[in-house]
Amino acid sequence: MLDAAPAKKPLVEVRGLKMHFPITAGLFRRQVGAVKAVDGVSFDIHEGETLGVVGESGCGKSTCGRAVLRLYDITEGTIRIDGRDIGQVPQASLRQMRPTMQMVFQDPQASLNPRMTVQSIIQEPLDEHTKMSKAEKREKVFQLMDAVGLNRRFAGRYPHAFSGGQRQRIGIARALALNPKFIVCDEPIAALDVSIQAQVVNLLEDLQKEFGLTYLFISHDLSMVRHIATRVAVMYLGKIVELSPREALYAEPLHPYTEALLSAVPEPDPVLHDTAERIILTGDVPSPANPPKGCNFCTRCPRVMDICRDIDPDYREVRPGRYVACHLYNETQDQTAGTTAAPVEEQEHPTRRVK
Amino acid sequence: MAETAPTVLDVRDLKTVFRTRSGEVHAVNSVSFDLKAGELLGVVGESGSGKSVTMMSLLGLLPMPPAEIRSGEVLLDGVDLLKADARTLRAVRGGKVGFVFQDPMTSLNPTFSVGFQLREPLRKHMGMSKKAANDRAVELLELVGIPDARERLKDYPHQFSGGMRQRVMIAIALACDPKVLIADEPTTALDVTIQAQILELMADLQSRLGMAVIWITHDLGVIAGIADRVLVMYGGQIVEQAPVRELFANPRHPYTAALLKTVPKVSGEREARLTIIEGQPPMLTAHPTACPFRDRCAHAFDRCERENPARYTVGDGHDAACFKAESGDVMPEAAHA
Repeated sequence: MLDAAPAKKPLVEVRGLKMHFPITAGLFRRQVGAVKAVDGVSFDIHEGETLGVVGESGCGKSTCGRAVLRLYDITEGTIRIDGRDIGQVPQASLRQMRPTMQMVFQDPQASLNPRMTVQSIIQEPLDEHTKMSKAEKREKVFQLMDAVGLNRRFAGRYPHAFSGGQRQRIGIARALALNPKFIVCDEPIAALDVSIQAQVVNLLEDLQKEFGLTYLFISHDLSMVRHIATRVAVMYLGKIVELSPREALYAEPLHPYTEALLSAVPEPDPVLHDTAERIILTGDVPSPANPPKGCNFCTRCPRVMDICRDIDPDYREVRPGRYVACHLYNETQDQTAGTTAAPVEEQEHPTRRVK
Repeated sequence: MAETAPTVLDVRDLKTVFRTRSGEVHAVNSVSFDLKAGELLGVVGESGSGKSVTMMSLLGLLPMPPAEIRSGEVLLDGVDLLKADARTLRAVRGGKVGFVFQDPMTSLNPTFSVGFQLREPLRKHMGMSKKAANDRAVELLELVGIPDARERLKDYPHQFSGGMRQRVMIAIALACDPKVLIADEPTTALDVTIQAQILELMADLQSRLGMAVIWITHDLGVIAGIADRVLVMYGGQIVEQAPVRELFANPRHPYTAALLKTVPKVSGEREARLTIIEGQPPMLTAHPTACPFRDRCAHAFDRCERENPARYTVGDGHDAACFKAESGDVMPEAAHA
């Protein structure tokens, strides 16, 4: 596979990551339940690659990204970044490790302090983590502004003086300040206009090449993820339902949810639109506080079987490099014992509609 | 969409200006378009291109001041809405013209039940009795695909999911059998699978009820799927107008051509690198005397600095506001499709 690079060692290893938020009630704030925002997620991210995480709102993709950087105290699981286990490390000792792992946030308006100049925003990580002199810091900030395409003359201005795309560049410069290896990009382009989105995505790609960065790229925009990601993880209700190399996933989605999600993306091409088959899912995503019994997707799945309502499918490698959590791919596991044979696919799609 | 269909809405030379402390903002500048009965007119543009302000201006929904409509005519069935008195306007809003807004949570009143909000236009505009309005409300909710409609009338907006709320908004907009439905980014706040549901619903409703729809969006994919005809807006002006297939196959304005290329696709060939439009959208602080796209345009020449191009006809129902279109040059980008 062209876009899979299994030879490289994983920079990030996540195993069984769970992030449950307690629901409390009553006078004594007794815990009565939990929102299972992320419920047992495992994946590797190799050095220099971009892992795209897609899913609908509320599927836990942002929580997952934040949990991987330990912005939360996670419920369960292990996270190894660059060979060091950070899963259960106390927040205080995490501080020394922050320079290797950074984050770019969705809303550049909310993630930049309006009372700080661009200079002081980009410089803040340097103040915290390095012993550079004032002149050195100033020079470093200028270099970073050059790298992200901001004019040096604007260093003294405040965030409000910049457009959305430029603000996102400030956020990216701040994330780059400490020469990180790993950056979590949490919907970095969602708040931007179409013509500006492409500018920021191209910038992220250039920086990746220049500095050898590894990205976890969270987005709900499936076409943009196809553009930027090396491999793609599809999340649904706190779990990864499918993880595949990019081309394989878009060419032949294995999980019924991936298939439906991809077919729901409106193509900017009227001719294709009229001929494309699309699967319209009924209903809404169930609440992560009260997920259904069995497979999380069984309430909306067009190919649901009896077993799906009882047993939660295992997340396993069904073809080299392709991980799926779905009962449709169970039998092949037994028959072929992990060879490359393709699973038998059903030919009938009862809920498919042609538009 | 037949060419012979009667025109229900005719907008001519609409200019809307906002007066602010730091000067005037020319948000909508000489916008003219018409809407035929039964067609779905898509309006695309980035934020700040003037698409929402145009539609708000039509119905006098903008706060004045700071907004001011400098000139123009908005003819709905031959009546100029810009000259109409408050009473006439009230009858039009929610009566002849339905409006669906982007965010269903902020446009529904959280303190009234959905049933109340559905009955309100029916009682006010159609003079229905409470009982008749109630029955019609149930009908409307069923029409937009909400199960247990009669029971759910008692529910409040927060008890509905995002997609369901947008269905309720559509039901309210459809309550009085409008001739024109204006939908302002109705699916932008929704997930793709829910968006697919709403788009399917809209296509179905339009074929059954036959109203004309203006659909505002920034998503070219959505436009490709549902529109009959498309207006492309940039910098407060309409820069291109074309039937949907023609627009995607043969864009004649450099902005449209570039916009089509910046969007990655989920199928087909994957672009190694995204094409970008350099620079930022214009500020609109001065009255536009030049082409609004000139600073970002790869084809700009001296005339673009001096004059604001008119909309030149380049084909059947297809026009573009570009001097290159006047002289009949084909955009190099147009060869992409």
